[in-house]
Amino acid sequence: MAIKTEPFILNMGPQHPSTHGVFRMRVTLDGEVVVDLEPVIGYLHRGIEKLGETRTYTQIIPLTDRLDYVASMTNNLAYVLAVEKLTGIEIPERGEYLRIIMAETMRISSHLMAVGFFLNDLGAMMTPVLYMWREREKLLDLYEMVCGQRLTYNYMRIGGVSHDVPEEFLPALKKWVAEMPRFIDEYDQLLSQNEILLARTKGVCILPKETAVNIAASGPVLRASGVKWDLRKADPYSIYDRFDFEIPVGAVGDNYDRYWVRMQEMRQSVCILEQAIAQLPEGEVCAKVPQLLRPPVGEVYGHIEAPKGELGFYLVSDNSIAPYRFHIRPPTLINLTALKDMVVGWKVADLIITFGSIDVCLGEIDR
Amino acid sequence: MTTALNCEQVAKKIAKAVPGAVVAADKASVVAKSESLYQVAEFLKNTPAFDFDYLTNLTAVDYMDYFEVVYHLISLKHNHSLVLKTRCRDRDKPVVPSVVSLWRSADFQEREIYDLMGISFDGHPNLKRLLLWEGFVGHPLRRDYL
Amino acid sequence: MEVERYPMIPSNEIDAAEGLMINSMMAASQHPIPDPDSWLDEELSRNVLITTVDYVLDWARSRSVFPLMFGLACCAFEMIGTAASRFDIARFGMDIFRWSPRQADLMIVAGTLTWKMAPAVKLVYEQMAEPKWVIAMGQCTISGGPFRESYSVVPGINRIVPVDVYVPGCPPRPEGLLHGIRKIHEKIVKESIQKA
Repeated sequence: MAIKTEPFILNMGPQHPSTHGVFRMRVTLDGEVVVDLEPVIGYLHRGIEKLGETRTYTQIIPLTDRLDYVASMTNNLAYVLAVEKLTGIEIPERGEYLRIIMAETMRISSHLMAVGFFLNDLGAMMTPVLYMWREREKLLDLYEMVCGQRLTYNYMRIGGVSHDVPEEFLPALKKWVAEMPRFIDEYDQLLSQNEILLARTKGVCILPKETAVNIAASGPVLRASGVKWDLRKADPYSIYDRFDFEIPVGAVGDNYDRYWVRMQEMRQSVCILEQAIAQLPEGEVCAKVPQLLRPPVGEVYGHIEAPKGELGFYLVSDNSIAPYRFHIRPPTLINLTALKDMVVGWKVADLIITFGSIDVCLGEIDR
Repeated sequence: MTTALNCEQVAKKIAKAVPGAVVAADKASVVAKSESLYQVAEFLKNTPAFDFDYLTNLTAVDYMDYFEVVYHLISLKHNHSLVLKTRCRDRDKPVVPSVVSLWRSADFQEREIYDLMGISFDGHPNLKRLLLWEGFVGHPLRRDYL
Repeated sequence: MEVERYPMIPSNEIDAAEGLMINSMMAASQHPIPDPDSWLDEELSRNVLITTVDYVLDWARSRSVFPLMFGLACCAFEMIGTAASRFDIARFGMDIFRWSPRQADLMIVAGTLTWKMAPAVKLVYEQMAEPKWVIAMGQCTISGGPFRESYSVVPGINRIVPVDVYVPGCPPRPEGLLHGIRKIHEKIVKESIQKA
């Protein structure tokens, strides 16, 4: 008996529990198996690039906060480094070390969120998220001590950071860093050998090495596929060449590798933090920069290793107080090109977790 | 450290392989003619000395006389980088060849440039608006919008 | 097994239809919808007799509101933070964030609303059953926020849905959101008195 089947288009619409923001996918299904996928984005397009052309260089810094809102200070850092590359400003030592401390704590916070929501998608409803949020709340208290905000910090300035840390900050940070390895071990013990996690993510939705390089993936997605490329080692910015750390690289490029790379990167970040706190010097935190900065005519592309990948800013200046062109290179939009390749042939449930393992942030994709 | 290649020497090598393609080459970038952009890109990707397999960033700038499309290329093996540019003088219907068949990272980035700047990419499999909706009038990132 | 492929609507047509809907919504939402704030009028409550049953029902309704998760952007993270263990929204009876609008009564819109997303918000609001309330969380929902001059941002969600409580901040602290929720509780009790 011939059974008549037809493919079915499912719209996983902008408001959906597992889309990590307002993301829409039109998935063509044959039964439960994914045949085709078309991502539709733009539901959070706020026109930040156009707004940047009418604001001064310092006024753009709060706008960059709202790009990847899970790790806001890294966006600030990328933008400020690009402007400093254009103008050639020297940053005082204490400012550099404070920036590294903030960037690495943000990396840990972002990876905690990524792993927590990845497990949420797998079906462990909110429990890992609440465990990871416990550490994040302690970190948010530290940030509130420094700059008064919990989510969109606006702490970096062109030439350094906006103000020095209070006295209570360093002892509290040392305590947090000392406790962190124990918590990462706790999460590792609970999660990494869990049967359900292994069965559902090992060997699922593999991204081969050549495809990953061809689509210019970056960050944990690229490293999980076996390519050892990390901008902190390949093209060191700020003072990363003074620290001693390793780059975890995955073997196969399946969902489990993307999760494993993030857990290992958290351990490496703790290592960098211990070194940075030990070496922190005294001194000024910000160079003397005019309030209305006029960089020389030219263009620059400054990029850093953000938690989600390579975040780049392309600035064109015509010696006026606002940039002529302000372009953001979003890591997650480029990583999203891989989604169709990874998911075709697998089931809907695998689609959800693969999307979670890429770790998107819609603020950055749509800008 | 990623070394930025000396663009004047790269321009000479490109001119030998694809004659007549290079328009200008200063210290920072190589400017190629838009008609021969695809051949130049193919040469840069496939030559073992260059081996540019990673297209980091694709963007466009609107200088009022012309549009400039900028490609930032990196080679993961040799750890060097290059900036390739091309210009397009037509304001009403600007067309530039697409490099999607060489580097798939250009897929979404070219669609975004089409959406926000209005530059069409010849050879792109699915050129339609990405961030704004169908029926939106105009291209917002042009300097003469609003 | 024979697989017959039926022709499906091509995605270009779906996009064009969506575009038409967004353009027509943009044209129709030029003025803000007035806020339903008649419950603040003190005089009214003194002239109306209510029964004890009504009062108990309203009190019970206000203490177990089911919120709808409508996090769009950065404010969504502070909303999740309010639901997490430190600021614990569950002590107000709201611990399960419903994902389906049919099962929720309070829609907390958190994050910037763009014109492309506006039809979805309207649709979700219309799918919620009466009685329903809306909290506008964060600057972007109140007035467009830092992105007000942009070409694609709705200057305040009160162009699309009527709003009951506005919680300012960028993003508001979880304590701020909890204060807004307490105001909603007051409103739920007083509004029913007024309607009786």
